[in-house]
Amino acid sequence: MQSRSVLGYGAAALGVLGLALFVGWWQVDGPGAPVPDDGRPLPLTAMEFDLTDHEGRPVGPDTLVGAPSMVFFGFTYCPDVCPTTLADISGWLDALGGDAEQLNVVFITVDPERDNVDAMAEYVGYFHQAIRGWTGPEQQIALAVEGFRATYEKVPTDSGDYTMNHTASVFLFDAEGRFVTTIDYHEPREFAVPKLRRAMNEKDAEGAT
Amino acid sequence: MKYTIHATCSVLMLPFMLATSAMAGSADVVVENAWARASIGTSRPGAAYMEVHNAGDEPVTLTGLRTDLAMMPEVHRTATDEQGVSSMSPAGQIVIAPGETVAFEPGGLHAMLMQLQRPMEEGETFPLTLTFSDGGETTVEVPILGIAARGPED
Repeated sequence: MQSRSVLGYGAAALGVLGLALFVGWWQVDGPGAPVPDDGRPLPLTAMEFDLTDHEGRPVGPDTLVGAPSMVFFGFTYCPDVCPTTLADISGWLDALGGDAEQLNVVFITVDPERDNVDAMAEYVGYFHQAIRGWTGPEQQIALAVEGFRATYEKVPTDSGDYTMNHTASVFLFDAEGRFVTTIDYHEPREFAVPKLRRAMNEKDAEGAT
Repeated sequence: MKYTIHATCSVLMLPFMLATSAMAGSADVVVENAWARASIGTSRPGAAYMEVHNAGDEPVTLTGLRTDLAMMPEVHRTATDEQGVSSMSPAGQIVIAPGETVAFEPGGLHAMLMQLQRPMEEGETFPLTLTFSDGGETTVEVPILGIAARGPED
């Protein structure tokens, strides 16, 4: 009776040990392991957020997998950086010519309070037609920003309004959703367009102007 | 008595004489390549760009802006840090050394036009007055280009 209970305790202890080891493995090396955070954006396949595009369609990171993507953050009440970025991107897309059609180009607002679907639709309408505008609940925007390892911050202004500080880099992903590189704000077109071609891969770059 | 009057006149005139001599500073300011982007309505702030050249031989200090287009025109500066995060804040006074040109350009200094009084329509122009610390002013007619314009030549 006594030896049997010792056996029972032993089995239970082994079970606990085994479970602990399993949990440890799961969290450190297994499927539960955190994605190594080196400050680089996650692959699109590892991101999770639900937004709405400027035509009212539900979109998320999955929407972008299958074609190379160019994604950037901004807000439509931004008088300087954002229209400049959108104008730069429109210029790069013009330089790509017909190849631009193979790219997902997405402008995600960091100011969903003012940038609703209609505001995004009107705004992106002034730039290259390939550019899509995404907005959604603040919490979902925050998830997206986190996935890209970007930042944003609401800052009050003298006029009683507010402006947004935000990451102004343009993020490039390949067709599998893997992060390729960023194009920094104000990077000259002669660097930007080759980076875009790299994200779109060598093969597609042939035969283009 | 005559002497006193003369002295009083001189003292009274002194500030005007100083102002006149100092005015030479901002009178030598030349504004070139001014442009702005069209706005969507009046709820969003606008931005204007230009080159401000001090052709004189004294430093000049740009202290502010005035225009009937916007209730709150202000010189702002956009800065982008090493992490690629852009922020924008009032730039304060801008000192322009003799012979120097300060460029207001996308991603840097810009005339931030807050509380627009009317939409900025492509093809139109608006007057923008630059005010200087010596009391001088320069007014430039700013052409409004398309919302996707990248520079004065667009």
